[in-house]
Amino acid sequence: MNSDAFISNLFNSLSLGSILLLIALGLAITFGLMRVINMAHGEFIMAGAYVAYVTQNLFHRLPAQFFGWFLIVALPCAFLVTAVMGWLLEMTVIRRLYGRPLDTLLATWGVSIMLQQLARSIFGSMGVNVETPAWLDGHWQMGHLAVPYNRVFIMVVALVCLAGMYLFLYYSHTGRRIQAVMQNRDMAACLGISTRKIDALAFAVGSGLAGIAGCALTLLSSIDSNLGTKYIVDSFMVVVLGGVGRLIGTVAGAIGMGALNTGWEYETTASLGKVLTFVCVMLFLQWKPMGMFTTRTRALD
Amino acid sequence: MNDATVVGTPLVAAPERTQARTINKAQWIMGALLVLALLLAPFVLSDFRLSLLARFLCYAILALGLDLIWGYTGILSLGHGVYFGLGAYCMAMHLKLEATKGQMPDFMAWSGVDKMPWFWQPFRFAWFAIPAAIIVPTVLAAILGYCTFRSRIKGVFFSILSQALSIVVVTLFVGQQGYTGGTNGMTNYKTLFGYDLNSISTQHFFYWFTALALVGVYLLSRWLVAGRLGKILIAIRDGENRVRYTGYDPVMYKVFIYALSASLAGLAGILFVLQVGLITPTEMDIVHSIKMVLWVALGGRATLTGAVLGAVLVNAAENALSENYPAIWSFLMGGLFLVSVLFLPQGLMGWFNTLPATIRAKRAKKSEPRGWTSHASRNPGSQHDAAAARDTTDAAENPVY
Amino acid sequence: MPQKILSTENVTVDFDGFKAIQNLNFSMNAGELRFLIGPNGAGKTTLLDIICGRVRPTQGKAYFKGNINLGRMQEHRIAQLGIGRKFQAPSVFASLTVLDNLELAMQGRRGVFSSLRARLNSDEQDRIMQCLQTIRLEERANELAGALSHGEKQWLEIGMLLMQEPELLLLDEPAAGMTDRETEQMGELLHTLTDKSILIVEHDMEFVRTFARTVTVMHEGNILREGTMDEVQNDPKVAEVYLGRRVADVA
Repeated sequence: MNSDAFISNLFNSLSLGSILLLIALGLAITFGLMRVINMAHGEFIMAGAYVAYVTQNLFHRLPAQFFGWFLIVALPCAFLVTAVMGWLLEMTVIRRLYGRPLDTLLATWGVSIMLQQLARSIFGSMGVNVETPAWLDGHWQMGHLAVPYNRVFIMVVALVCLAGMYLFLYYSHTGRRIQAVMQNRDMAACLGISTRKIDALAFAVGSGLAGIAGCALTLLSSIDSNLGTKYIVDSFMVVVLGGVGRLIGTVAGAIGMGALNTGWEYETTASLGKVLTFVCVMLFLQWKPMGMFTTRTRALD
Repeated sequence: MNDATVVGTPLVAAPERTQARTINKAQWIMGALLVLALLLAPFVLSDFRLSLLARFLCYAILALGLDLIWGYTGILSLGHGVYFGLGAYCMAMHLKLEATKGQMPDFMAWSGVDKMPWFWQPFRFAWFAIPAAIIVPTVLAAILGYCTFRSRIKGVFFSILSQALSIVVVTLFVGQQGYTGGTNGMTNYKTLFGYDLNSISTQHFFYWFTALALVGVYLLSRWLVAGRLGKILIAIRDGENRVRYTGYDPVMYKVFIYALSASLAGLAGILFVLQVGLITPTEMDIVHSIKMVLWVALGGRATLTGAVLGAVLVNAAENALSENYPAIWSFLMGGLFLVSVLFLPQGLMGWFNTLPATIRAKRAKKSEPRGWTSHASRNPGSQHDAAAARDTTDAAENPVY
Repeated sequence: MPQKILSTENVTVDFDGFKAIQNLNFSMNAGELRFLIGPNGAGKTTLLDIICGRVRPTQGKAYFKGNINLGRMQEHRIAQLGIGRKFQAPSVFASLTVLDNLELAMQGRRGVFSSLRARLNSDEQDRIMQCLQTIRLEERANELAGALSHGEKQWLEIGMLLMQEPELLLLDEPAAGMTDRETEQMGELLHTLTDKSILIVEHDMEFVRTFARTVTVMHEGNILREGTMDEVQNDPKVAEVYLGRRVADVA
């Protein structure tokens, strides 16, 4: 690997890592904190992407000079739409399954199938495209490396979301309540925190992040009902690899998965790269079964 | 056999042993009639329907294996399609080579492969291919199982890894088109041991063979779960760490049952290819793999009859609906996942089993209110006790986390 | 000098900076019935955890029968050596019957393939029935363990422990959740097990006073005092950190 190839691989790793991070941030809340496996997370991503698509179509009706703004408008819209979807899912299904993680997995998988079919029924089974706004169309030329604006934009979105989540979880009033409930539910309840509300809220925030991820993904590929499935298992692997319960783990896991995938794909082929990445993750888990970063507490709790 | 409540679900406890024994006789008669019906099916059903039934029976064999690992041991594998597929591909490789008389199959040439790869060579021999179709999935499952169970990766973490396995293997099989046939998979087989695969008599033979294999696997599973091994598996589901402190090594038990269930999946794969005449990576992907879990969930986890029933019913429904009304089938399948988890956590079998008690309770309520007391004393599974059962299950695990 | 069944050498357990046990040198003789008391967080349960392999010591070693190092051994190996553990919260196999629970716990081969062939012979059945009598659960033998009351589960777990036929029993609050009568029965049962070494963590001081011969008081991860109940009770240090404070709190 010469230095050009190295830099381009490094960039691709970070780019893929930022996409995975964006998706896994939502999982860091729903899976990492709440220990809920939400297989419909991928479909929330899909929903976020379709929100971007719909917003784009609406902006087409406005005067052309506003069109470039549609993506900026779509991001919060997607967050809200998927947050509401997540909230509904928590209220109707997940709430009844706390303490039964495997059953939650199956139930949310059922929801995911239905959401996919719903998307096909509404938008058709053919993929639709979201135009890249003019201000994201293009790239910087850095030596031999072309750095596309849209990839940089995704990295920025991922970083902003990461910073936002960090501030939210560790410094905001609500975030601290969420932490309190997830760490010691009974104690939190005794202190007068409504754990039910906190559960629903935390789940909604985690799902909302999936919407943002979906919005950002429209810059890279066309949207169809399978959009979420492509990324969901890799994102769960990010959380498993990084370790559950700490944001730093999610970041490290995302970059790790990004680097492994990119590196092996460069050295071999796309399909063999996947196999080797999987083998690497398995080997890593032999060494650190709980992932890179764990919160080790007194085992007595 | 059905006296196992699923961890963490507020269910009615099983009937007492004495009761179970009286049911047993009826069960055996029912079972014998069912087997007879299965064996007579070729004389009744059209060839088309028979081929469908044959496919469902293959799935039922797989479902039994999945039930052993998930229903009894509590390990949710979302990658069982891989083991099914590996068995099927091993068989398909042999059938392909028998069709080409040992020459390089056509799809290799299309993908620019000019020489038959070394790992294809031994599949010219049926005596190699057929055992390999069982051994390959078994060994893969044993290795992966040992690695994960040894490092105490369990619950949803195992499920995620097993799902990743499915994605990885499918990507590999699609990507390595020259060696696997890619997305199209492998088809166009002609003979096995010189017998024409497409002739009615061969297909009838395979059908009978599948039906008998299913009965055999069912009896084997029944024997396994009725013995001490079955109790240990349930104990692992209830409290794996407690099993450790009792002196058993759960890792070896889990590896054993995981590998066994993979070998059953491989067997199902062999029979599938022989009768369906096609194997593609779709049979291994996550959608298909998780559908297998639905069969068991809907039929009734931790009941062997339920696994078979679920596999046949869900596939029959899918077959009836998916072609003409794909949208309805998708919604229905999603709904079945929700229903089986939220409202029928014990599946159809659990519902059947509690039905007599429910009816009895209703009758008792109608005739005289005091009937409740007698009912409660007869059946330990009143709601209160079931709730207590759930509490201890949690408690059993809690000290060890 | 009687044989040491259990000894620890300078054991320290560090949970991310919190030292649950510090430089502990503990030992007990074969055949001894030892009570372990101390305020919350003194490291009593952690000590049991180290012995049965649930917690690995950060430093130091724990020995069984003088020379078997427990530090690197897997939990099931330790159990096979003859160390049985009862946890604070009763942990029985909820979806198996009482009978099955006892059958699984019964001393015997633990391998996968021996479990395939295992069938109860009449001698083993007798032993299970005898155990059922000891723990007074004959009536409920065919019920699911999950349907038992808290106290009954405690008894079942004791029964399972007896079926394991361990040389060393580690009991974490065996009398919790039992009626006075049952507590008494538990104490009597412990005294009949003269061929076994027993280490008990107990908070019920009444129970300790009635049944203890030798008591070890732990405080902040180390041994504060060891001796008979009288000696311990009259020790001013113990009174200060434990009994005294408790009395003061109540007053």
